[in-house]
Amino acid sequence: MTATTPDPRVRPDVAADPPDEAGPATGGRPRAATPPGGWRALAVQPALVVLGVLVFVLWRATATLTETEARQLGAATLWDSTLRHLSLTVVSAAIVLAIAVPLGVALTRPALRRFTPVVIGVANVGQAAPAIGLFVLLAIWLGFGYWTTVVALVVYSALPVLRNTMVGIQGVDPRLVEAGRGMGMSGRAVLLRVELPLAVPVVLAGARTALVLLVGTATLATFISGGGLGVLINTGITLSLDSLLVSGAVLVALLALAVDWLGRVVEQVARPKGL
Amino acid sequence: MSDTLPAPPAPAPPGRRVSGVPIRLEEVTKRYPGQDRPAVDSVSLDVAAGETVMFVGPSGCGKTTLLKMVNRLIEPSDGRIHLGDEDVTTQDPDRLRRRIGYVIQAGGLFPHMTVGTNVGMVPRMLGWEKARVAGRIDELLDLVGLDPDVYRDRYPKELSGGQQQRVGVARALAADPPVLLMDEPFGAVDPITRQRLQDELLRIQEELGKTIVFVTHDFDEAVKLGDRIVVFDVGARIVQYDTPEAILADPAEEYVADFVGAGATLKQLTLTRVHSLQLRQVTTASIGDDAAGAVARARAAGDDFVVVLDRRDRPISWPTLAEVSRMSAIPDTVDERLPVVGLQSTLNDALDTMLAASQGGAVVLGRRDGLAGIVSIETIMEAIQRARRETAG
Repeated sequence: MTATTPDPRVRPDVAADPPDEAGPATGGRPRAATPPGGWRALAVQPALVVLGVLVFVLWRATATLTETEARQLGAATLWDSTLRHLSLTVVSAAIVLAIAVPLGVALTRPALRRFTPVVIGVANVGQAAPAIGLFVLLAIWLGFGYWTTVVALVVYSALPVLRNTMVGIQGVDPRLVEAGRGMGMSGRAVLLRVELPLAVPVVLAGARTALVLLVGTATLATFISGGGLGVLINTGITLSLDSLLVSGAVLVALLALAVDWLGRVVEQVARPKGL
Repeated sequence: MSDTLPAPPAPAPPGRRVSGVPIRLEEVTKRYPGQDRPAVDSVSLDVAAGETVMFVGPSGCGKTTLLKMVNRLIEPSDGRIHLGDEDVTTQDPDRLRRRIGYVIQAGGLFPHMTVGTNVGMVPRMLGWEKARVAGRIDELLDLVGLDPDVYRDRYPKELSGGQQQRVGVARALAADPPVLLMDEPFGAVDPITRQRLQDELLRIQEELGKTIVFVTHDFDEAVKLGDRIVVFDVGARIVQYDTPEAILADPAEEYVADFVGAGATLKQLTLTRVHSLQLRQVTTASIGDDAAGAVARARAAGDDFVVVLDRRDRPISWPTLAEVSRMSAIPDTVDERLPVVGLQSTLNDALDTMLAASQGGAVVLGRRDGLAGIVSIETIMEAIQRARRETAG
């Protein structure tokens, strides 16, 4: 008869289970659902953004600029352009989410599954078409301005959200769906309580991809009078003013990094516990 | 193939608690479009209340399809399904399923919900009050051998495979359904854990007396768990429907004989249960007892070891007298390698457990995991030899 092992947690009737993963949670408290190093990695990105903004502000305060440059890089102008750029991004993203998530969910339902290739095909065309071409064609059709830009951005960035919604839901273990139905949950209850919560991480990753895509693509808004930071870049090119060109590019990059970071934070917070 | 249907089985042995209801399938058929032969071809079957009926057969024979037609996860193309006196063929399927427990491989637990939330799903759907649901969750976790205080708030990924499967069974039993459907539930766990889960199911079934339909591809599992076994061929044709003993002794067709396999003597190992053996009673001690006293009691009884019981009278270790005499009080340490079997375990299981633990004996658990005695390898060998002599004679 053997000596005993000093592990009071393991009850005799579970002792034969394979080496027990339940070990670390002695108090029965679930562990935090943060992947290792997750939050630390998240802290680096905003630090870089803040550093970038500081460097830009410092440069702007010390550089000798022509009158045109100074006017274009004035605090009020920059602030307006940035807000306008953000507004284009956020409004388009909201519309994309409102359309693509329900559409993606609908396309995973058995009754509508056969439309999947068609819809994905259309979304593919939206993204594969050169963005500038899409902007100009839509402007000729709908007229120039803010809302045409939003329409173009929506068409251009719907695919990642649509596809990730579908992939996220299709990625849910079919046995879980069967278990849900098998215990008497309605199809709707299974969707709302099992499939969607489990698809959240993938859907959010798609939303973040779309957001970053939107920040970059919204620079093209300037060509159809949509405003935003693209104006700075465009003016810089047209007037051969490198300071404007570089400022615009740097600000767009910083904005994209900041938006990407926000998306990652939301992903961390919204990730269902237990995954 | 209803003409091959045997007479409805006799009711469960007297003296057993029955909370299940009979299931009756009448010429149930499932045809899939684009297939020449029906997946399930006009099957009629009666399952008595409180019995465990095992569906076995080659893969693709339609046994799982037939199972899923009982709770109408698959809608039958034809035929009637009765639960008790009720024809449920056209009942609202969601409502029907809340009255039928359903267990699948690996438990099918929702990974984003705690163990407690998983177990409480059906009672909440049925609109039970919060306090009643919480009480039921604890009761069920206790029933499947998981301490509610430890496991209630954990997530499934924090449990081992065997523990997840236990929670799956608890979840299926949550609303106290009269019928339990199990679709190869123990297929994904290692052999020792599977044996444990089987023992536990037998124990639970003895306590509750549900009507259980259980699909498996493992004939040994069918012999161990089933009151009756249905052997299926393609199209869910019922080849034989009888008790495990009868099927082993007298296979209806060569097909069944092939499926059952050779080695009839060794099949006795799966037919004979530990409870039919003479168990040895030993000296026990509780955590915190005086060690010298325990040694003295064991010596007086002629034992060379004691079994230590925890506060709920469950065996946790079996130190030798030499080990105990080095201590001042009985410690609460748990021997992870303690070989344990249930009263319903087969001799096969008991041998496996001893071999895996390299021990010449095993602790036998009775009701609520309490100590029932000790079984030694010699006792098992004797039983095998007796069985061989009987078969030979």
